[in-house]
Amino acid sequence: MDATVDRASQSSTPDLIAVHRLSLRYGRAASGVVALRDIDFRIPDGAFVAVVGPSGCGKSTLLKILAGLLPPTEGRVELRGAPIAGPRRDIGVVFQSPVLFPWRTVVGNVMLPADVQRLDRTAMQRRALELLQFVGLGGFEQRYPRELSGGMQQRVGIVRALLHDPAILLMDEPFGALDAMTREALNVELQRIWIQRRITVLFITHSTAEAVFLADRVIVLTPRPGTISDQFDVDLPRPRSLEVMNTERFGRYVARVRAALSARAEPAAVGTVLE
Amino acid sequence: MTRRGPLAFALRLVFIAAVLGLWELIVVEFDIPPYLIPAPSKVAFALYNGLANSLYPKHAWATILETLAGFALGCALAFLLGSIVAVFRTLEYFLYPFIVMFQSLPKIALVPLIVVWFGLGLTSKIVGATLVAFFPLMVNTIAGLRGVDEDRVNLMRSLSASRWQIFHMLQLPNAMPYIFAGLEVAMILSLIGAVVAEFSGADKGLGMLMQSMTFSMDIAGQFSILFILAVLGLVLNGLVTLLRRRVLFWDRSRDTDIQLANKGDML
Repeated sequence: MDATVDRASQSSTPDLIAVHRLSLRYGRAASGVVALRDIDFRIPDGAFVAVVGPSGCGKSTLLKILAGLLPPTEGRVELRGAPIAGPRRDIGVVFQSPVLFPWRTVVGNVMLPADVQRLDRTAMQRRALELLQFVGLGGFEQRYPRELSGGMQQRVGIVRALLHDPAILLMDEPFGALDAMTREALNVELQRIWIQRRITVLFITHSTAEAVFLADRVIVLTPRPGTISDQFDVDLPRPRSLEVMNTERFGRYVARVRAALSARAEPAAVGTVLE
Repeated sequence: MTRRGPLAFALRLVFIAAVLGLWELIVVEFDIPPYLIPAPSKVAFALYNGLANSLYPKHAWATILETLAGFALGCALAFLLGSIVAVFRTLEYFLYPFIVMFQSLPKIALVPLIVVWFGLGLTSKIVGATLVAFFPLMVNTIAGLRGVDEDRVNLMRSLSASRWQIFHMLQLPNAMPYIFAGLEVAMILSLIGAVVAEFSGADKGLGMLMQSMTFSMDIAGQFSILFILAVLGLVLNGLVTLLRRRVLFWDRSRDTDIQLANKGDML
């Protein structure tokens, strides 16, 4: 697939990502650990999907498979109908830590995808500066990462993932290491980016509130082995403000995630023994 | 070193002067023979003489040349081999026994042998300096190239970076702090290597000069050359530190301490 994807021509295909009966086993078939089992879900074009689950439920593994960094043991992952067989140029990844290179300036870090994929430098430079401005980092272009706060660094990480206009943004607990206030501010910021840039996002988190606040669709993953125990649409009007978290409807969605997480907690432990 | 202001610095100078004065006093007062410990004034006089009649500069130049050539050669080889070992794991498997064996061996002990193989001229000194400079840098190059954060590699891979791109955009800059720590040690070690090779047999150089002074019981002269060697070591090390500050502008964490992947590699 081409690196630069024309959005308009794709509008007829509803599913950007389709995951069919995906399983992943670490180690040998008999003795290996099953990290994911029978994962089935779809991500429509332009959607914001959150995967929520406790640590060790295989959510980071799932993201690595979608990023083409890890081949699945069984099942298929398709992007616009074509299987994801390896790293692709039309996927952007944001990691838990900002993963900035300390020897590059802010704009240099953002330009990394352009350098790796040998994209048009002038056009990309313009886009990088515009994106940095967009997330409120105008004036910090020539600074080095160590001069930035944690929240600002993660914004740079997001801008870098957006630079080459990927078809989907994969985010692996991107705000997990930040303090609660910065985290909420960045959740609002991410929603704004998502609305204005009209991108597709798969967002992995262990925070139920974060998942419900951000997502159109929440997928609940329970561990040992990683299985989807519930998935549902979140019908809250956009743009959502932080006050939405105090509403009853929001509370009901959070309760539903909690129920899905706890329902499988006890039987799952037994299941491991039987495995 | 912490900054304490000009007064402390002046006190420091006074203290150094006091130590030298005490030394002078003891040597004169207790009538210590000059072939055991010379008075500082005698050492200063020998230093002045040697520098004035261009005997010291001539030999110092030979030692500097050997040191720098050995340093350059040793570091180039160490960087090359270290990179190859770090990138190609299979090769490491076969090279590892040799690396371990050489690591535990005091490389400096090989230098007399090198003089036997390469003769009394410049070559054996350069080879000696190369040999001792090689290992600390190679070990640090491997450690630096390998010690890459997994997420950073995943980031590069997720962008479909090639192996070469991962090497020169990520692993190499990542290894720079390690490499510079290795360079600082290699610089001092190549000076030691050159001087020891000169001890073992040479036609010029500060080490050879010291050796000949032993036979003429010119202990003051030996002390004056030790002083030159100390200054030389300081200057050479300072050059590498200066270069590091320029190249590693983004790495402020290791301004003072030399970090080595393997401290057993000093000699």
